[in-house]
Amino acid sequence: MAAIEILGLEKTYSVGFWRKRPKRALHPLHLAIEDGEIFGFLGPNGAGKTTTLKMLMGLVFPSGGGARILGMDLDDPRMKAQIGFLPEQPYFYDYLTARELLTYYGQLSGVDSRQLPRKVDSTLERVGLRDATDVQLRKFSKGMLQRAGIAQAILHDPKVVFLDEPMSGLDPMGRREVRSLIEQLKAEGKTVFFSTHILSDAEALCDRVAVINLGQLRGVGAVAELTSGVRGKVEIVWQGTSVPAAIKSLGAETHVAGDTTRAIISEQHQDAAIEAVRRETLRLISVTPVRVSLEDYFMAQLKPSPEEVVAR
Amino acid sequence: MSSRIWHIASNTFREAVRDRVLYNLIAFALLMSGAAVLVGQISIGIERLVVINLGLTAISLFGLVIAIFIGIGLVSKEIDKRTLYTVLSRPVRRWEFIAGKFFGLSGTLVVNTFFMAIGVFIALLYVSHHLTHADAGVLVALYFIILQFVILTALALLFSSFSSPLLSAVFAFSLFVIGSFAEDLRGFARLSHGIARWLATGAAYLVPNFSALNVVSQVAHQVSVSRQLIAYNTAYAVLYTLAVLSATALIFERRNLK
Repeated sequence: MAAIEILGLEKTYSVGFWRKRPKRALHPLHLAIEDGEIFGFLGPNGAGKTTTLKMLMGLVFPSGGGARILGMDLDDPRMKAQIGFLPEQPYFYDYLTARELLTYYGQLSGVDSRQLPRKVDSTLERVGLRDATDVQLRKFSKGMLQRAGIAQAILHDPKVVFLDEPMSGLDPMGRREVRSLIEQLKAEGKTVFFSTHILSDAEALCDRVAVINLGQLRGVGAVAELTSGVRGKVEIVWQGTSVPAAIKSLGAETHVAGDTTRAIISEQHQDAAIEAVRRETLRLISVTPVRVSLEDYFMAQLKPSPEEVVAR
Repeated sequence: MSSRIWHIASNTFREAVRDRVLYNLIAFALLMSGAAVLVGQISIGIERLVVINLGLTAISLFGLVIAIFIGIGLVSKEIDKRTLYTVLSRPVRRWEFIAGKFFGLSGTLVVNTFFMAIGVFIALLYVSHHLTHADAGVLVALYFIILQFVILTALALLFSSFSSPLLSAVFAFSLFVIGSFAEDLRGFARLSHGIARWLATGAAYLVPNFSALNVVSQVAHQVSVSRQLIAYNTAYAVLYTLAVLSATALIFERRNLK
């Protein structure tokens, strides 16, 4: 059974004061996220990521379609007891200490009162806030608030964790720690659904990703699977500092270092470039494919389709 | 009461205490001690009347300010600061959130009124040197003041669930003023004719009847309050509050939290 099933979820807002007109924030979205998977939901700002998460959390009501989490409806309290949610740029009751905040959230999630103090302490330790347990949140830095946000999302040992931009506001050390935490959650068998626009994090962590732009799903699959569909480039290295005219005419990007030359060229021109090197009797050293990154794929998906260009 | 409502109410109470809302008690204590000393010097034979009038009116005004200015932010502040997201993504129903907020602020007002009432009785003791059986009427007036706060908290919460804090404050305060003249409005309705009568009658019964809940002058003059009025006012406040809270929950259940 899929941990999260999104079945044609869509959202249209009415905008304008006098003359209301519809504005589609999310086109019908179909996704299935398997149990135990780390799923990345990628897209630029305003793509529809947060709207999707808010609908899954029951904060915004869909205009159409639906979704099920752990096989239950979105308004089922039994389901909500088994999920954790970190909103984007979280802000919490700043008059509470970190310990009081987690205790309050634990009570609302129905955590056993006898186990709650122990869970609160261990969760704060896990997110690196052990030394700030009795500090009021109004004295927290942005990074500490983000950690408190992650703590409240995992405190009650949820089966599915939704994280909206979990790396936001964190320094490199903090990002590494959160990455490691997400990996731990997966090792514990939890499903993690996180939205981000930091592609390196998604590439390093996710089993699968979905790319969304302008409220429309542009692609979904494993990172390697998605990037394999994009035509890549090859790097050709030869001995000598001269660059054959034929290679220049193919639009290669060349770099000379010492007595070797390196040319980056489109995969489709690979054979012609090798032939040009041989014709000039230069010694070919290597031909290596340049790996297509998730970023290349992502950028390719953000370009508007011909239909969208016409519609604009 | 479900445990979730209790936890939300406790947190609302804690917020009010930590945000130094109860500091108004200091101002009230200063006002009452100053009044008691001054009244003892300038009035002859009406010290008790002045202290009760001043004390209960001050309790009413302090509570009114707290009920409106905290009440209007109970929901809108949670939406603006997005603290609501992490609450409603848990097994908490929206109506439970509204109920928790209501009980939290009502509890704050009851505690606040309790301490201020102690201040009034100390001032009474200072000017009269003893308490009489008739002073028990002050407790009834305090009870009615608490019923006013409960209705006002529910109204502030209602406006907070769909309107901006500024408009909510205007609406709640306007209703308090109109409600304080509810009996006059009902009298006007009886004297009107045609459509005006219908409209005035509708408005008179729609606005909260705060004038029936104001017996300050009566108890200051040692006129006893009938048991029927206590029962009627209790039933009225409970039913009116329930109706307002139900409307709040209905509106909030349908609201998109953008």
